[in-house]
Amino acid sequence: MTNLALIATLLMIMALAYHMGLTRSRAVAAEHDVRMHSRPGYYGALVALWCGLPALALFLLWSFLAPQLIEMLVTHQLPADMVAGMSDRELVTFLRRVTALANERSVSGGGTSEELAAAAHMARLQTFENLSLVALMAVFAVTGLVVARRNISPQWRARNQVERVITIALAASSGVAIFTTVGIVLSMLGETLKFFTFISPAEFFLGTTWNPRFSTSGTDAQGEFGLLPLLWGTMMVSAIALLVAIPVGLMTAIYMAEYAPPWLRNVAKPIIEILAGIPTIVYGFFALIVIGPFLSNVGDLIGINIRTTSALTAGLVMGIMIIPFVSSLSDDIITQVPKSLRDGALGLGATKSETIRQVVLPAALPGIVGAFLLAASRAIGETMIVVLAAGNNPVLHANPFEAVSTITVTIVNQLTGDMDFASPQSLVAFALGLTLFVITLGLNVIALIVVRKYRQQYE
Amino acid sequence: MSITIEQRRQHRLMTIEKSLATRHRKEKRFRRLGLMAVMTGMTLVAILFASILMRGVPAFWQATFFMELYFDPEVIQLEEKPERASGESPSDFNQRLSAWQTQAGLVNWQVLIDRALEDKLSEDLEPSQLRDLRALLASNERFTLRNKFMDDPSLLGQTIEVKMLASANVDVWLKGNIDRDLADARQQLSAQTRAWADQLYEEGIIRNAFSTALFLNTDSRSSPASAGLAGAFMGSLFMMMIVIALSVPLGVASAVYLEEFAPKNRLTDIIEININNLAAVPSIVFGLLGASIFIGYLGLPLSAPLVGGLVLTLMTLPTIIIATRASLRSIPPSIRQAALGIGASKVQTVFHHVLPIALPGILTGSILGVAQALGETAPLLLIGMNAFVANVPSTPFEQSAALPVQIYLWQGNELRNFFEARTSAAIIVLLALMLSLNALAIWLRKKFETRW
Repeated sequence: MTNLALIATLLMIMALAYHMGLTRSRAVAAEHDVRMHSRPGYYGALVALWCGLPALALFLLWSFLAPQLIEMLVTHQLPADMVAGMSDRELVTFLRRVTALANERSVSGGGTSEELAAAAHMARLQTFENLSLVALMAVFAVTGLVVARRNISPQWRARNQVERVITIALAASSGVAIFTTVGIVLSMLGETLKFFTFISPAEFFLGTTWNPRFSTSGTDAQGEFGLLPLLWGTMMVSAIALLVAIPVGLMTAIYMAEYAPPWLRNVAKPIIEILAGIPTIVYGFFALIVIGPFLSNVGDLIGINIRTTSALTAGLVMGIMIIPFVSSLSDDIITQVPKSLRDGALGLGATKSETIRQVVLPAALPGIVGAFLLAASRAIGETMIVVLAAGNNPVLHANPFEAVSTITVTIVNQLTGDMDFASPQSLVAFALGLTLFVITLGLNVIALIVVRKYRQQYE
Repeated sequence: MSITIEQRRQHRLMTIEKSLATRHRKEKRFRRLGLMAVMTGMTLVAILFASILMRGVPAFWQATFFMELYFDPEVIQLEEKPERASGESPSDFNQRLSAWQTQAGLVNWQVLIDRALEDKLSEDLEPSQLRDLRALLASNERFTLRNKFMDDPSLLGQTIEVKMLASANVDVWLKGNIDRDLADARQQLSAQTRAWADQLYEEGIIRNAFSTALFLNTDSRSSPASAGLAGAFMGSLFMMMIVIALSVPLGVASAVYLEEFAPKNRLTDIIEININNLAAVPSIVFGLLGASIFIGYLGLPLSAPLVGGLVLTLMTLPTIIIATRASLRSIPPSIRQAALGIGASKVQTVFHHVLPIALPGILTGSILGVAQALGETAPLLLIGMNAFVANVPSTPFEQSAALPVQIYLWQGNELRNFFEARTSAAIIVLLALMLSLNALAIWLRKKFETRW
């Protein structure tokens, strides 16, 4: 039986169990002529849970353990001298090929006689394993059902138990977010440590040359993995982006919050929010075919050599991308400044702009700074715009009209194509990813603390 | 004494009045600056959309041949298509059928096309001109012809009107997307082919017809004119189905737990901070997670929508949690108190009263999260979805492209003149999907908005 069919059958049995629990609880109530503790639906649900949960747990545990057990048995059954002659890595490849053969997938070059024999053995084991799983699950489900159904009595607190299961399930779901973070950190840390066995951290963090030769092109040369040119490129592009986004975004927010008549607010806000919803690949394409050539032409006119794909192109378009981000965050923060502060300033005879500049903005400053930090973190982590428009030139230079490369671009370059997790050329992507993660995390944490402090101030 | 006070007052008023003009001018300038910023934002949206639409809309119509084609029995020397005889086993029949199909594949379909074209050009061609002639049509149209015949063998000996795609270069030439005055050496088509293309266009044999290929075909390397979005669309659809099936229930469940059940302690504080941070983690980091855990550790297949869906699920989860929590928080406590007051349990209160009221907000947040996932590119590149895939995936476990990745691949194609328009058309399709999702979200929010 395939796993899908197995789960579907289990669900059907659970539905049956629900029905049995429901009717049974009604029968019990009628028989003893009493009020049950819970409504019939809860008894049904509880019987279904008793029937399904143990079987499901068994299924999960089984699908996790059984393949490993089978591989162990297959390895055990192989001729001893053959296993002894293979390195760990060869053994893993061998087992992978055998697994493919046993599941009737083709492997490159057919299969050797040993492989075929092992595959036949494995196929037999798998059939046995599958049958026993089905049998065991059936036993679990039926036992659970029978026991729970017999337990139904007016005193059984079915609702409380069902609710406890629901609460546990809810809590478990909120654990997924934690596991994601842990997964990110652990997976990247693991690969990064592997990377540092090839290249020392000092070389990585302080190196000024980025030139990762792929192992096929050179002989033993590993290439140079200096982070600084990439970090510098990232900073340059982000700085240009912020120079565009902060003034425009902040002024938009001020105008929207303080001056705009309601009709303009209703029209302009959704339009600017559209900018926030556009996928970054579209911005990248826009940069490549519109902004890049435009800047290059402008450069020709005033006599500067601006490349079509440059830090300026990427930064400008990235700035456009984060305008709505800056403006909606600052808008929220400006509207949170208490009205009494404004009234005070206006009452003293200040004009509206003086009120904004000398009272509202200073009061809102921490929050706005937080918004800028969040915007910066977004700019640093942005990928597609720089992949398309920054030109991929990992060299340390201070000319914004030249091509640069960033951390994100390099991650994409190093990890697309071959997926070989053993060479420093791919592993470096994880080291870069971890660096990126730490930088953005730092910015976010500071920003969140600042914004939270700011909120408390006026609550 | 009183005079000096009066004088001072006068003096002060004078200064204020004098400065007033400047201050008001400043006020106006500041205001204008704000308006300019708003206008800048709106202009940028306009430029972006205009430039994409200008390039992309023409690509929905493509140079197409409309001409008669004779299925010449002398060229198509084939036995009759096998019919299943009574008493024949299915495998025998399939064997006969596939033998017939192989035979059909060996027929020189190109000759039929060549002859039809020669007929239209009413010229006798030298064999050396054949190359120029064949450059007119998309190179895989001969397979389209073959498939058409295999579906309906009764076409043999008939002359029918067929619709065939012109090659990408002809499309570019006829649309004027390449400078017509360029020297021969820099043109992608020979002078002869260009002359023919112009002639056939004037005669109405080549027309600009709505490009169904863009929607029905998959990506193609050998024949760029017939490259389409079908495979990428299915890939994205599978991923969105996975995202909706996983991230919405998980996200809503964890938001409900955190907002309604969780005790306020250290642990839930950490979870909360963690979720806020996760929402701001760059998307490419999720791609790294997918590459190392789903592909490297769990051994899931490369380029599969399954892996893409899982990565995007993790990425969307915080967005949905945050939106759901905001929506739950906006429900006044009186609703909960009323339910609890008449004896409902905590779980009953939440599931029977709070969640139904919060539903519109939850839906809006979920749709926005899914729309964001639909447009995400970077993490997909890291799990191998940038591979060239030439068929429509039928399960989430097969190799597949995705809409945004297809855009990425097309913008990098060397045939710039043709693919710039094709890419813009793909962007229009993607934006149309995303904007309709966004519009749906906004409509839901407006329709069900309750003010307490």
